[in-house]
Amino acid sequence: MGIYEVSLATIVLINIILALGLNMITGFCGQISLGHAAFYGIGAYCTAILAKAGFPPAVTLLCGLILAGASGVVVGLASLRVREDFLAITTMGVGFLFLGIVRQQEALGGELGISSIPSAGMSKIGFMLFVLVLAALAAAFSLFIKRSWMGFAFDAVADDEDTARVLGLDVAAYKLSAFAMGTAMAGLAGGLYTYFARFIVPDDFGFITSITVLSMVAVGGIGSVFGVMAATVVLTLMPEFFRFISDYKLLVYGALLFTVMRFAPGGLAGFLQTALRIRKARGETG
Amino acid sequence: MTAILKVSGVTVRFGGIHALDDVSFEVTPGEFVSMIGPNGAGKTTLIRAITGVVQPQSAEIRLSGREISNLPTHKRSRLGLVMTHQIVRPFHSMSVLENVIFAAGHGRIQSVFGAMVSFDLSRERDRAMKLLGLLGIAEMADKSVRGQPLGVIKRMEVARALALEPKLLLLDEPLAGLNHIEAARLADTVADINRRGTTIVMIEHNLGEVLRVSERLVVLDNGRKIADGNPNEVMRNPAVRAAYVGKDETDAAA
Repeated sequence: MGIYEVSLATIVLINIILALGLNMITGFCGQISLGHAAFYGIGAYCTAILAKAGFPPAVTLLCGLILAGASGVVVGLASLRVREDFLAITTMGVGFLFLGIVRQQEALGGELGISSIPSAGMSKIGFMLFVLVLAALAAAFSLFIKRSWMGFAFDAVADDEDTARVLGLDVAAYKLSAFAMGTAMAGLAGGLYTYFARFIVPDDFGFITSITVLSMVAVGGIGSVFGVMAATVVLTLMPEFFRFISDYKLLVYGALLFTVMRFAPGGLAGFLQTALRIRKARGETG
Repeated sequence: MTAILKVSGVTVRFGGIHALDDVSFEVTPGEFVSMIGPNGAGKTTLIRAITGVVQPQSAEIRLSGREISNLPTHKRSRLGLVMTHQIVRPFHSMSVLENVIFAAGHGRIQSVFGAMVSFDLSRERDRAMKLLGLLGIAEMADKSVRGQPLGVIKRMEVARALALEPKLLLLDEPLAGLNHIEAARLADTVADINRRGTTIVMIEHNLGEVLRVSERLVVLDNGRKIADGNPNEVMRNPAVRAAYVGKDETDAAA
């Protein structure tokens, strides 16, 4: 594995953690978010500042995760009153708000961002393996939640929150938990990105990033852990192999998002399930 | 006997419209009360105000003596006040059985952290299957809710409400949209549930079934309670007849 491949693998794994975080909010709990990159950015900036202040990765990453999760709860609280398209607009606003604030702060480097961030103290391969372990944990955590009664309750909220409430579910508490867990995962991904790039600028955490992550979740199949991981791999590598995609990222991902929502709302996972069902049905009749 | 539900002075206004004007009534444990009245009388609004889905301008609502009018809907539901909707609202992504299992697991999902670390469904599954059996739809258990006929979904919703172990079950037009055979069967099932000890308040337009199964009638018209009592007496009440057939026609008939 050359250095280029190791870098690609690392960024794919970071994106997997980021996308699984959004999958927790949008996939499991049904709450759309167009501002996921803001929490990715909060984790990244928090980690960068603490790393430059001399704290070790274990501390900086944990702080990034906690700060992003706490911000997620605050945004979640503000979003409890809005649903669906209004929630989309609100979270999009949060994304722009984050960018607006970061760009104006001298302490955060303004437009120039933060550079010469110390390394995590591992070799490139070592760091990739470290991220691999964390991505595996994120996937295991997602599967754990999906199979618990919490996942069941998320299904109910995603499906029909009024009915869930009438059936005795504290809908607000579940939405806030989804926001807290999903944005904390984004914060962790942000911290890892900081150690990976060692140079961050506000644009790394802009609207395009939010849309890219949402595409990963939607293309993978909303709520499907393995579908989202597969889509993240494909969508992260695609711009590397086809350079024009990275020039027209927003256009390509926007079109992709629209196509999936319109023609295959179940994403890759839904598509595979349908295909398997048809094959099984054919097998039974034939 | 003390009332299981005591509702006093419920007033609900939507803009300038008085949907409910100072309505009061009581339900004693074990009763089967039917609430009738013309369209727009405020029946649904009343039970929505009782469950907290609608916020009344003023109301005192006591469940087994406890004032609950400041509690959010999910807490009232946990105290045993459960309603089914007039328009069916199943969880579409789940099977018939899963809909009921979810409600049967109300104890497990009470706390977010508790829900995070509990996985076992077997007890809830058994209870849900028993309830589906009671409602006569056990054979549909594993089917997706999508594409089920209305009769099955209405029964599933009653099973789902029962899974919450209600002290008081509020049913909003459970028979609407069913043909008369299905309606009679479901009315019998509801009466059977009542005999097993669940107190029931049922809004229903199907007068034939209402008079056949219920013990007491409450009649609303234009946001006011106009009658309350034994079904046969209530139906002889001139105000009730007027509300149902219109004043002019009763005069003409008389």
